[in-house]
Amino acid sequence: MSETYTLYNSTVMEHFMNPRNMGDLKDADGVGEVGAAACGDIMKISLKIKDGRIEDARFKTFGCGSAIASSSMATELIKGRTIDEAMAFSNQEVVDALGGLPPVKIHCSVLAEEALKAALEDYVKRHPDAAAKSTAGAPVPA
Amino acid sequence: MVRYRSFPRTNVGPTGALPAATVPPAVRPLSVIAMRHVFLDHQSATPVLPEVFEAMRPYFTEHFGNASSLHQHGLRVRDALKRARQQMAALVGADSEEEIFFTSDGTESANLAIKGAAYANERKGKHLVVSATEHPSVMSSVEFLEKQGWTCTRVGVTPQGMIRLDELRAAITPQTVLVAVHHVNHDIGAIQPMREVGKVCAAANVPLYVDCEASAGWLPIDVKDWGAAMVSFSPHRFYGPKGVGVLYRNRKARIVSVIHGGVQEGGRRAGTENIPAIVGGGLAAEIARARLPQRIAHVAPLQRRLWEGLRTKVPYIQLNGPEPGPDRIATNLNLSTEFIEGEGQLLLCDMNGIAVASGSSCVSKSLKISHVLGAIGLDHALAQGNIIMTLGEGNTEADVDYVVETFARIVAKLRGMSPMWDEFERGVIDSVIAPTGRGKSFSQHAADVSGKPVH
Repeated sequence: MSETYTLYNSTVMEHFMNPRNMGDLKDADGVGEVGAAACGDIMKISLKIKDGRIEDARFKTFGCGSAIASSSMATELIKGRTIDEAMAFSNQEVVDALGGLPPVKIHCSVLAEEALKAALEDYVKRHPDAAAKSTAGAPVPA
Repeated sequence: MVRYRSFPRTNVGPTGALPAATVPPAVRPLSVIAMRHVFLDHQSATPVLPEVFEAMRPYFTEHFGNASSLHQHGLRVRDALKRARQQMAALVGADSEEEIFFTSDGTESANLAIKGAAYANERKGKHLVVSATEHPSVMSSVEFLEKQGWTCTRVGVTPQGMIRLDELRAAITPQTVLVAVHHVNHDIGAIQPMREVGKVCAAANVPLYVDCEASAGWLPIDVKDWGAAMVSFSPHRFYGPKGVGVLYRNRKARIVSVIHGGVQEGGRRAGTENIPAIVGGGLAAEIARARLPQRIAHVAPLQRRLWEGLRTKVPYIQLNGPEPGPDRIATNLNLSTEFIEGEGQLLLCDMNGIAVASGSSCVSKSLKISHVLGAIGLDHALAQGNIIMTLGEGNTEADVDYVVETFARIVAKLRGMSPMWDEFERGVIDSVIAPTGRGKSFSQHAADVSGKPVH
């Protein structure tokens, strides 16, 4: 074989082979674990939040290459964002940052968005005072 | 003996990165990663034997005639077609080359066998019987007919994937016009008891179609011993070219063409014959028949070595289908690695030079697990972690050892990334393969976090 062909584009492959922020956070302020009923993938995102801002993020994923790459990219993108900004996070950001995903794999990026929002929801539940200080106020969509 | 380009084992990391100094520049360009390449997907394709390729060559250029032509160019290739039919007939123990029909591939053969027999016998009845683990080409042909008023009974299999003969017997009705049972399952390698299946069909006087795509060239096939009315197979599974499929049809079995046009193939399959592929396929069949014992003697010990190595080096792994032995084809291993998903395993294998397949939902465009894994009742968690390895005559013991070591590293890497592994270690969920009695099932956990039961 004179060259290497890959199933996904080079950005997706790079994040799959060398995922960023993989693992768990000790003393995480919010943890979200979600599953995709469609394919059976499971994603878990842990957040460290300080002064209304995401200071650190980690992920663990049971899923295909694009699910692992999506969670790796999502944790990269959300670091440094405020809770409000993170609540407005869309899976399209992950797709764009990865340079596109095959149509059948778009749901992997949706799972990353859902895992992030579940982690934020968990944070709000556990830290109602801190959450109230954020400009968006407390109510977090389910 | 086919040899793939195999390179000496080098110190390849999990990412496939390798110090440039270990690449022998005289042999390989520097841009190439010098890692071992192990092809373990012989169920999808095999390399064409050099002598087969040489036999095909003149039929592209010099002997380019169309077999339907009445002049010298056409008559010459007709002669070649006849020889290939004889070679195919010999591989399956058919009486005459007139019982051999050429199609474009295994899927077309299955479509012709199922739809051709259904349409030809429509007046007799509109009921079909198939095993629940048939190839999608059979299953989808049956589903197509069901939309047009046919009915079909799918006969269950044991957890090992063997057809339930009592269910088969009970499924046949006076309206049944065809029974379809494959010789060997394409996913889990289970060898079906064809002689017994044949007896059931003979007793009910219903023609039997046997899909031999996963067995031809690797196991003896005897259409007369089985009492098979039809048998299909494809040379690209045994070192022949792609682009040709074979359907054996007993003279007494009625089928009509499903492709309409000229009167090629005795009116059973219109369309210009792919002469180079047919010539190559015929020679591949002749070689397969002669080398069959050597091929089995080569792959059977590798299959055992691979499975023994994996079960020793990889915790929480299981073999799906029968144990290596008389009930399992010697080329196939179907594995479930717990707590991780199949596509990730496949991709990391590929990046380490190892070509494998998977029946996980993530590798399927429909996001469904292989229906075979569903039919044997495999737990969804295990179906998700599915990997299929199929051996060939180019594989060596060193290849197998490389695969065992590399696969163990890949599994460890993916488990390190998996929340399920972590939750298993913390006692939140339990193992299906080796239950500890702690925690809930993976499927229950997956349903809890996704809000819906997994399929």
